[in-house]
Amino acid sequence: MKRILKTNALPYCKGCGHDLIAKNTARALENLELDPLDVVIVTDIGCHGIIDGCLNTHTVHGLHGRSAALGAGISMGLDNQGKKIVVFIGDGGSTIGLQHILEAARLNLDMTVVVHNNMLYGMTGGQTSGLTPCGFKTSTSASGNPWSGYDLCALTHTAGASFASRVAGIGDISGSLQEAFDIKGFSLIEVMEICPSYGTRFNPKRKLREIIESSGKLPGIWKNDRMPFSASGETKCASLFDELRPVTPDFSSRLDKPFSLVISGSAGEGVQLAANLLSAAVVRSGCQVTQKGSYPVTVGVGFSTAELVISPQPIRYHGIDVPDIVVVTSEDGLAHCKRRIERMEKGMVFIDSSLESPRTGARLNRHDFRSIGARTACLYALLRFSADTGMIAADALFQTVEESGIREKIPLEKIRELIAGN
Amino acid sequence: MQKKSDPKNVIVDGSRLVIESMARAGADTFIGYPITPANLLYQYAGRRLPMMLPAPDEITTVQWMSGLSACGRIPVTATSFPGFALMVESVNMAFMMELPMVIILVQRLGPATGTATCGAQGDISLLKGVISGGHKLPVLCSSDFADSWELAARSVSLSVELRTPVIFLTSKEEMMTRKSFDLTLLSEIKHISRKFYSGGEPYLPYGAGSDLVPEFLAVADNRWQVRMNASTHDRGGILQHSGDEALDNTRRLEEKPFRHLPGYTYYELDEQEGAETLIVSFGISAAAAMEAIDDIRESGRKVSLLIPKTILPVPDIYYEITGRYKRVIFAEENINAQYARIMFGEKLPEKIRPVGSLGSMIGSEDLIKEEARL
Repeated sequence: MKRILKTNALPYCKGCGHDLIAKNTARALENLELDPLDVVIVTDIGCHGIIDGCLNTHTVHGLHGRSAALGAGISMGLDNQGKKIVVFIGDGGSTIGLQHILEAARLNLDMTVVVHNNMLYGMTGGQTSGLTPCGFKTSTSASGNPWSGYDLCALTHTAGASFASRVAGIGDISGSLQEAFDIKGFSLIEVMEICPSYGTRFNPKRKLREIIESSGKLPGIWKNDRMPFSASGETKCASLFDELRPVTPDFSSRLDKPFSLVISGSAGEGVQLAANLLSAAVVRSGCQVTQKGSYPVTVGVGFSTAELVISPQPIRYHGIDVPDIVVVTSEDGLAHCKRRIERMEKGMVFIDSSLESPRTGARLNRHDFRSIGARTACLYALLRFSADTGMIAADALFQTVEESGIREKIPLEKIRELIAGN
Repeated sequence: MQKKSDPKNVIVDGSRLVIESMARAGADTFIGYPITPANLLYQYAGRRLPMMLPAPDEITTVQWMSGLSACGRIPVTATSFPGFALMVESVNMAFMMELPMVIILVQRLGPATGTATCGAQGDISLLKGVISGGHKLPVLCSSDFADSWELAARSVSLSVELRTPVIFLTSKEEMMTRKSFDLTLLSEIKHISRKFYSGGEPYLPYGAGSDLVPEFLAVADNRWQVRMNASTHDRGGILQHSGDEALDNTRRLEEKPFRHLPGYTYYELDEQEGAETLIVSFGISAAAAMEAIDDIRESGRKVSLLIPKTILPVPDIYYEITGRYKRVIFAEENINAQYARIMFGEKLPEKIRPVGSLGSMIGSEDLIKEEARL
């Protein structure tokens, strides 16, 4: 069988734990009888990432701290095809990419993350990392790191990983690696080591086992009994167009030129729904429409506005500066479009009679739209507008409401009476 | 677009057209992170594409997409500036690894969070410089429903043809506005036919031929070792500091989008004989420009219109066209003439006249006024 490593002469400093991890990883994979082409090793930026060229496996070399997310994407893409995805990451990378590790653990993706924890940033000068133990000296903490590092295994375990383990990078660790690789689902193995270039220099008399013990984050194994990730089996639609209801032009319109309409009310009072029904009625009467909504990001509170351009001809431009018609059914709606109404030199404003009359050149039509309930005020106003002006075929709008799913909630007979009685 | 049968009138938004088109073209995966005004795209993709996964952030989004793309899938996402800003490093990675994917960038008003529900065309400068080293991502921009349909599919096929991330550029106004529309006007979308390396020699992941596009082979292949690399690398995908082979590879990445540019140069040109003024506009502002030229011509004045749809790299033909006019009005919904400056530099020549807007769509009257001023 072809070996995982092309060579035993790896490009690491003498005494580096990365060398130990790479060789034991190879041994563990070979013990599992995995062919190199059944293995994808995903690395990123850090000394661990220069191993690529020494591997006979597939290799993917990504960005600093992102290898867990990149490996996660590969795991999703391969979706349990019997391939082994091994992610190499350093302690620095595992904090910049902590969310990536936790997310892969939460989803329990089938992959193994091997954390090369040498307790500092070895490639960039030995700076303190988020996994540096309290008291460990680095190039940026000469008297020892004042803070404790993350407990990566505990975090990963809590996030839902099938398996997490911490080992000291001393001697033969292939058994521990093999145990992690053999897991179906997400596994993480944190291998503790000392960077010979910086860790040893700044902490000359300390030994790895003593550092691990004094850190309080001891070797161990944490397990969750979970099924590995599998892609959702949700049924998809064959075409998004199947969800659309074709509109047959079964009414006629007297409209001979385009006009713009702004409907402004309060969130939760059916403004967008009324606009949807109006748009459908416009198309039923053989005309064209554009419709866009505007509301605060909080969606359920404040104003809600719909802007429509309605035309007997195809519409290219749907922007509205000064509208031709405005329908206002609430204080929120008035506050939102008051300045626009004031800029109108002509046209019409249909406004609830409870609201103050804005100064405008448009003709005001005041009605008690809210008398039949706040949630139907907007639809009533549009029915009134269509019946009074004929700019929209009122019969098309009445019929559209009749056939809609909200028919039972709308007092259409009462609205007809009110409109007939003026 | 050619009408084929009895009309099928519906009320539809641009987001639905884009996702349906990409699905038909072969996009098979959507990674989503919510952001207004791209949320409709996310919702539709969840119902339509074979695989959809919600990511915890936009960095993860593009990393997952890259992993999926490395496996031979064609992933798509949709975002707006704040999300795109987080994606940038990973988009660089995907560019360097030469991974097909499409990012739908739905522009909204900035800077920063700006106004989520207000449209804009303010991210063009960002796209020009998004790849470190100044290399180019193809950027296609829709200016109406027909483009949303055709260019969305083309973004997918282009990303595969060129082995590169492609940006499909649009804006809030196009993706969230509902319009009456006859579906029978839509052209047929062809599903891409994807070729993978099938040679008898060990696979060289970055060993391109004269077309500068390396053949693709998915990672975890059973026959050949596959390497992908975001660092400076040789043809085999092995990291190199700055050797000749590696730097040649980076030079190839620079040249690749330009070499193929004639195959994805899309624009509309409406020239009027004798016109000395040209309006250049794209995306949502193109509709105002079309309205404006009708009005200007009706008033007896002559004017031409160019609607670029391939935004980046800038095709040479745009210089040939603009060079024919004494005055060129650039209409774009920003206040710093981003595309005009990409084409003509920071100090715009006298003949280039920008018309911009902040927080509202450019209106045809803005362009009519500028044209009359000249």
